[in-house]
Amino acid sequence: MTMDRRTLLKGVAAAGAGAAVSAATPAEASSVRPTAPPDAVGMLYDATRCIGCRACVTACKTANDLPGNIYDPPNDLDGTTKNIIKLYEEDGEKSFMKQQCMHCIDPGCVNACMIGAFKKREFGIVTWDIHRCIGCRYCQVACPYNIPKFQWDTALPKIVKCELCTHIITDPETGGLREGALPGCVQACPKEAVIFGKYDDLLADARQRVADHPEQYYPAGDPQIFGDTEGGGTQVLYLAGVDFEKLGLPELGDEGVAVEGRNIQHGIYKGFIAPVALYGILGAVLWRNRRVAKKEGSDE
Amino acid sequence: MSSQAKPVGGPAIYNRFTRYLAIFLGIWVLILLYRFLTGIGTVSGLTDGYPWGVWIAFDVVTGTALGCGGYAIAILCYILNKGKYHPLVRPAILTSALGYSMAALAIVFDVGRWWGIWRIPLGGFPDMGKYNWDSALLEVALCVMAYVGVLWIELGPAFLEKWKATSKKQGLVKFADIGLKFYDKALIWIIALGLLLPTMHQSSLGTLMLVAGKKLHPLWYTGWIPLLFLISCIGMGYAVVVWEAGVSSSVFKRDRHDAMLTSLSGAMVVVLALFLILRFADLIYSGKTTMMFSSGFYSVVFWIEIALFAIPMVMLMRGKDRANFATMMRASILIMFAGAMYRFDAYIVAFNPGKNWSYFPTVPEMVITLGTVALEVYLYIVIVKRYPILSGARAVQVRELEGRA
Repeated sequence: MTMDRRTLLKGVAAAGAGAAVSAATPAEASSVRPTAPPDAVGMLYDATRCIGCRACVTACKTANDLPGNIYDPPNDLDGTTKNIIKLYEEDGEKSFMKQQCMHCIDPGCVNACMIGAFKKREFGIVTWDIHRCIGCRYCQVACPYNIPKFQWDTALPKIVKCELCTHIITDPETGGLREGALPGCVQACPKEAVIFGKYDDLLADARQRVADHPEQYYPAGDPQIFGDTEGGGTQVLYLAGVDFEKLGLPELGDEGVAVEGRNIQHGIYKGFIAPVALYGILGAVLWRNRRVAKKEGSDE
Repeated sequence: MSSQAKPVGGPAIYNRFTRYLAIFLGIWVLILLYRFLTGIGTVSGLTDGYPWGVWIAFDVVTGTALGCGGYAIAILCYILNKGKYHPLVRPAILTSALGYSMAALAIVFDVGRWWGIWRIPLGGFPDMGKYNWDSALLEVALCVMAYVGVLWIELGPAFLEKWKATSKKQGLVKFADIGLKFYDKALIWIIALGLLLPTMHQSSLGTLMLVAGKKLHPLWYTGWIPLLFLISCIGMGYAVVVWEAGVSSSVFKRDRHDAMLTSLSGAMVVVLALFLILRFADLIYSGKTTMMFSSGFYSVVFWIEIALFAIPMVMLMRGKDRANFATMMRASILIMFAGAMYRFDAYIVAFNPGKNWSYFPTVPEMVITLGTVALEVYLYIVIVKRYPILSGARAVQVRELEGRA
């Protein structure tokens, strides 16, 4: 230890300032926007085709073994409802709206979850693992669509959300997709208002529809495909005849909600170098200060 | 850390005051039992829109920030080498240790699947190494768990000194002796850890609300939020130390260290000024100047919050005012409220998941929070009465006793 005290203090100041600056400077160029995995699957919901029959709501309950039946339809997503059809009606405007997990390309819930109960898995499907979850509900804070639901009235609660019927559409033995298998809601839809497929195909399909009927979709003339870029992109895509915000979808930028916080965390904790360095410097300053104090003590 | 600290003495477990605490804690236990048997929804106002309420915003986020006394004093005492603050260290560490322990306890009440909490320290065992390092909450959880341990270790000498001096068991005396020698060598590295961990998790407590994105009002959503949380927790730490020194000196008839508290109040002014400068600079720089006035309800909340930071700063600005004990006490209470409000705003008030959602804590929910505070107060009383935490002669009380005799 030949470092003198002034150098040490400078070091502390530099490390502190470094941490502070990296903490607060949103990394601009460093982040590469995540894209959907090549094998991504998803759904396309076209509100203009939906007739509001809610067959998908019941089918979802059956497919996922959830309580509830057609005679007792839920009003919203909840601890036993992974899929819902809502009606928007105002000033002569009318549209149905389907809500379930959006299977984000860069999901907030996956970024938030401490020990990976939420995972973006094969085919980009976002799943929840009962064996990891401790019920902290940070996923609920993180989700811009308020999708994950918590079971509030039980001693042994779970988080409930659409997992794209991964138990139906994938084959656990081969790990691949089952030929012709469809998520419960898609299978039940009589109007093909919601369809299942490869993400790239769905996006192409959606683009084709808006190109063919630009006047039919919102905003008329240059229709928006919700999920193409919104919130960093979602594997569930939406087309509608009215403003998506009126249908309950938030206005998001082109970046995932996880990006800024993650850049800050990565900035400070990359390789765990900054904390270790700070610890070393703090220890050195303390050691030095104590030696000085002892010396002064013995001089007296 | 050895000092002139002495146990207060007197009946610790059961006395006129703790009797009421005990009754309250009894109710607390019953409500908790109900929560664990029937679920969180039956006792709280929490919903899928507002999944976090007072248990997180107060018990954990505000509670640990109020537990930053040990951290804040250690910065002064050990890094800036102001040894004169030494008598404040041990009571500050005790308040911190209790505050953080209660926060850790409150997490168990809040999480839904609490029986799986052991997976956090064990990395998702048996599937080891499954930590998600992108999660700011994971960093907070690990740091807080570690820091609870560090704080109790930092407090160790208080217990060892007592055992060494008074225990009748030879083994315990020897253990205490060896322990104190170990502390003499290792303490700086423990203190360094006690400085590093709060720096990390108190800032991350801010970072972790960034993932709420648009749900957090832009007046609170900022990339500087980690630094704002860090600065304000240091201010709250000093305020707690001053307030606690004032209260414990009058309750337990101890020396007040007025001069020391006065210069500590000077440090508070600096910290508050730093916070306000950063808060405004950030908002102005990011083009949110008009938003400070045009956001309706949120503007009102924002200015109340700013006032709570600014008023104590002005109160303590002049050296003459800082010398006034009552002013110091009032200002430090305001600072605690300021920091608490900033945290409540970032976690609840400025958090808006969309229309159709609202949150206000229920009575049982608040009782659970208050019970945790009551337990903390109870443990504080027991420990300062039994162990050498507070310094200063019992001058007043001795005189009183003589007077009576």
